[in-house]
Amino acid sequence: MLKKLLLSFVIIMLMLSLSGCELALFDPKGPIGEQAKDLILISTGLLLIVIIPVLFMSIYFPYKFRKGNTKAEYKPHWEHSTKIEVIVWLVPCLIVAALAYVTYVTSHSLDPRKPLGKDEDTLTIQVVALDWKWLFIYPEQQIATVNEIAIPVNKPIEFLITSDTVMNSFFIPRLGSQIYAMAGMENRLNLMASEEGVFRGLSANYSGFGFSGMKFKTHSVSDEAFEQWVDKVKTSPKVLDNTTYQALTVKSKDNEVEHFADVDPLHFKKTIEKYTGVQNGQ
Amino acid sequence: MSQSHATGHDEIDHHDHDHHDSGGDTVFGFWIYIMSDCILFATLFATYAVLSGGYAGGLTPKDLFDLNFVAVETALLLFSSFTFGMAMLYANKRHMKGMISWLVFTLALGLGFLGMELYEFYHFSSEGATPQSSAYWSAFYALVATHGLHVLGGCIWMLVLFAHFKRDGFTEDNLVRLSCLSLFWHFLDIIWICVFSVVYLLGVM
Amino acid sequence: MGSKATIITDPDPLTGKLTWDSIPVHDPVILPVMIAVALGGIFLFALITKMGKWRYLWDEWITSVDHKKIGIMYIIAAIIMLVRGFADALMMRAQQALATADSVGAGYLPPEHYDQIFTAHGVIMIFFVAMPLVVGLMNIVVPLQIGARDVAFPFLNSLSFWLFVVGAVLVNVSLFVGEFAATGWLAYPPLSGLEYSPWVGVDYWLWALQISGIGTLLTGINFFVTILRMRAPGMKLMQMPVFTWTSLCANVLIIISFPILTVTITLLTLDRYIGTNFFTNDLGGNQMMYVNLIWAWGHPEVYILILPAFGIFSEITATFSRKRLFGYTSLVWATAVIMVLSMVVWLHHFFTMGAGASVNAFFGIATMIISVPTGVKIFNWLFTMYKGRVEFSAAMWWTCSFLFTFTIGGMTGVMLAVPAADFVLHNSLFLIAHFHNVIIGGAVFGYFAGMTYWFPKATGFMLDEKLGKIACALWTVGFFAAFMPLYILGFNGMTRRLNYYDNPEWTPLLWIAAGGALIVLAGIMTQFYQIFVSIRDRHKNKDVTGDPWNARTLEWATSSPPPFYNFAELPKIHDRDEHYYKKEHGLAYQAPDKYKKIHMPKNTWAGVVISAFSLMMGFAFIWHIWWMAAFGFLGMIASWIMYSFERNKDYYVPVEQVEEIEAKHLDAVRQHAQTNS
Repeated sequence: MLKKLLLSFVIIMLMLSLSGCELALFDPKGPIGEQAKDLILISTGLLLIVIIPVLFMSIYFPYKFRKGNTKAEYKPHWEHSTKIEVIVWLVPCLIVAALAYVTYVTSHSLDPRKPLGKDEDTLTIQVVALDWKWLFIYPEQQIATVNEIAIPVNKPIEFLITSDTVMNSFFIPRLGSQIYAMAGMENRLNLMASEEGVFRGLSANYSGFGFSGMKFKTHSVSDEAFEQWVDKVKTSPKVLDNTTYQALTVKSKDNEVEHFADVDPLHFKKTIEKYTGVQNGQ
Repeated sequence: MSQSHATGHDEIDHHDHDHHDSGGDTVFGFWIYIMSDCILFATLFATYAVLSGGYAGGLTPKDLFDLNFVAVETALLLFSSFTFGMAMLYANKRHMKGMISWLVFTLALGLGFLGMELYEFYHFSSEGATPQSSAYWSAFYALVATHGLHVLGGCIWMLVLFAHFKRDGFTEDNLVRLSCLSLFWHFLDIIWICVFSVVYLLGVM
Repeated sequence: MGSKATIITDPDPLTGKLTWDSIPVHDPVILPVMIAVALGGIFLFALITKMGKWRYLWDEWITSVDHKKIGIMYIIAAIIMLVRGFADALMMRAQQALATADSVGAGYLPPEHYDQIFTAHGVIMIFFVAMPLVVGLMNIVVPLQIGARDVAFPFLNSLSFWLFVVGAVLVNVSLFVGEFAATGWLAYPPLSGLEYSPWVGVDYWLWALQISGIGTLLTGINFFVTILRMRAPGMKLMQMPVFTWTSLCANVLIIISFPILTVTITLLTLDRYIGTNFFTNDLGGNQMMYVNLIWAWGHPEVYILILPAFGIFSEITATFSRKRLFGYTSLVWATAVIMVLSMVVWLHHFFTMGAGASVNAFFGIATMIISVPTGVKIFNWLFTMYKGRVEFSAAMWWTCSFLFTFTIGGMTGVMLAVPAADFVLHNSLFLIAHFHNVIIGGAVFGYFAGMTYWFPKATGFMLDEKLGKIACALWTVGFFAAFMPLYILGFNGMTRRLNYYDNPEWTPLLWIAAGGALIVLAGIMTQFYQIFVSIRDRHKNKDVTGDPWNARTLEWATSSPPPFYNFAELPKIHDRDEHYYKKEHGLAYQAPDKYKKIHMPKNTWAGVVISAFSLMMGFAFIWHIWWMAAFGFLGMIASWIMYSFERNKDYYVPVEQVEEIEAKHLDAVRQHAQTNS
């Protein structure tokens, strides 16, 4: 009965993992996500060196040395073997050493702050987490949007992230890393899309009752399409000024996509300084 | 500690009669409590350090701290450690009157310290530095007042101890209680020295 | 409840924020529960009154300072809370299975309710299920394993227990009066601050954790002193049973980490009650400091939960492999290394906060290093079975299931420890799957194994073995069905705590997970049935000798249940597996030449009364009823002082009584030996 259950379970799992090629993290659309995927696979592989024998032993040992198997050797007083001890300490140590190397290297190479290209090639998008929506500001284009961004494909993007409310986490799973959005602070996240498409973006850190609706679409498009999109936003009748921003800070769930044709280029800075400026006595 | 070793588990003669809550265990347990209290203060000090720049444009410690005033506070508390030590000497000689007098002296010093601290809080608050003013002042009050509340606890404990000694005299239980309070009192002194250096000295530098 | 509740800014001097509207009688989910609990309570009250058992309960249990009884009470409380926490889990699984929609209102739970449920689930499972199970087992077993008559401070032990009960009561009261926090189980500010959570939910969280946390701290000190100073004559540190060792390390972690929790909670309390600025967005507050502090407690806490479970598996594996534990020294050192390292890895809970690459790498590598001693432990258990004669008792089933399950959880844990990988896995369902994998597959399976193993010791009769094995199978299968899909969902970019989601691809896996939760439910019901059957057949399943498993350590040398004084004569220790040594050398079950009178602590009212005042204080603070808070606080202090003036806190058990109890047990053992030979 138990065996049957386990068997059917394994089959279901296999079926699921066969369809796994569609898993967001295993089908990344950008170099950061690609490297994260490789990293997950490498670390899994390294760990399996020790995990597989352990899983095997955890089934084989109790089975082989079961009470009924009187043919198996029985040494009730055997409690120490230097050889085994050395192996069980050394092998995990070696694997961890290898992993530690990988960790050190990737912590630096995949540091979210690290730019992915030259400064002049990089598009900056400022991100403000609000209750419960994302405000995006394109300082160079002088436009702002809510719950929607467009990015040119193959162009390095630098997200500057803050919050005008509680802690959130800015995350576009298909592109890679996430980072926290916190009031009075600026976090940086460098990402890039290598394919066109629409990718889900969300807040990965619970932020209150409207948290589940705090999602946005990322349109990865060609350069021309990006220009068109910017122009489209510029035709919006709304601009982001103090009044419209105050309206945005009011709590709302499942906020609609909004476009703002103009924005104060210092808006993002002011949002942060609202908190830190006080701290620095300005 | 030397006493606690003497009644340790390896003393075979003793084990049949009583194994729990003998005085040594209590003092040892109290030591462990003090260690955990140390971590409590360490956390508060860490908090204070993290928030030490968070004046939010308001008053800074330089504007308010008066080292002379704090020096008197410190002197009161340090001297109270000495007087407690004297009380312990008399307790070891089983000299009730001497012990109580020195303890009363200690208590007076402790209350004096508390009075000064309360005055300081009142003064700072009326100057505009309340716990609500900024993160720095929140951390300041939390750290200093936590120490103050410990001193207040020590004072109340001392009063209770007077009643214990009055009722039972120099019993083993009472001596254990006295040793624990003594540890506690000296511990608060050490914490105060840290408060003095980290908060007040560094604050005016 | 939630955002619908009115925010009261000027509490009434007499009743604080409390009004009739605080009781959610209009909520269709809560009302039936409220009625059921009320009826159940009235029934229980009437039953105890009718049977005239109040006196018995008061004398024998509520005021008891006997570590074995306190341990049993901890475990009963934990089981009750498990039901509550698991009901929350089922509701969450159902909501997520049903809530495929792109706007709020999907499923059957609005976010205002759902968010309280996942918060309560986490808080209850960690603080009021896992912790009391650990502390309960420690209470029952540790003094027996080291040959002590009680813990070092029996009164504090009773106080610890009742303070823990107060925390649990507050969490449950929040269900019926007001609401619970909707902030996630660690209540990160600024969300948990007054500005973003002006309701009383977070206050319930604060006071429940503060009061029970102080109880835990007292437990830590108590057991640390007990283990270091009250071991039977001759028991060296390296002769202590592994469960005692792991408990010792867990208690060191309690002593080190719980003061941090106390401070962290206090500072948040100050922010909420008097308007300080520790963790606020403005005026210089620092929310990152809260996250650091709470995890500086939170990570050691994880090891407080898991280390004793490792100890339990060590005892069980050796006993049922009929063999000495392999690599005892190695296991002890591995435990100590884990203990130390667990204090320097807290940052791995928030790599995504924006620390520098080198800082992240340091904490990531430190975390991985923990997997080395943990791996060594697993190898030691495997090699304990190697060349043994493994007997598949129910306790061993849990152990084998643990070995397999926990290994997988360990692997995913190391994956999460790589910062760059964590950047995509953090806060996803992969993380949820990972920590349930190690907490259920590691800690909880360990507690269940321990409860099966030591049940006869605590009660005098065995748990039904067959039902135990069925429960283990159901839990294991249920666990895999419930959490493997969550790993996949994590890879698919599904984050935690979602009330609804717009991705229909996720739905089938969430249904499988919900099915898994139902299988676990079947497992839990089997366990209840198992307890019922075992109590019903208690005479048939009686443990006559006190050593039903032919086990190795000292707790099995006394009767089951042990006499209140544990050991008539404190044993002199020869070997790590002391009881086995005595059995091998024909020294077991020998009456000493002459019994001596035994010094024991008396029961006391103080623990429960002080705790009752603390309940009053906590409840009053939550509702801003200041006069009652002051009254509760002063009541606590006054009753403690009163207790200190009590005379006759202990007494001597007369030699005749000891003789009578011991003779009865030794006769039973002899008879049992004869009928079996």
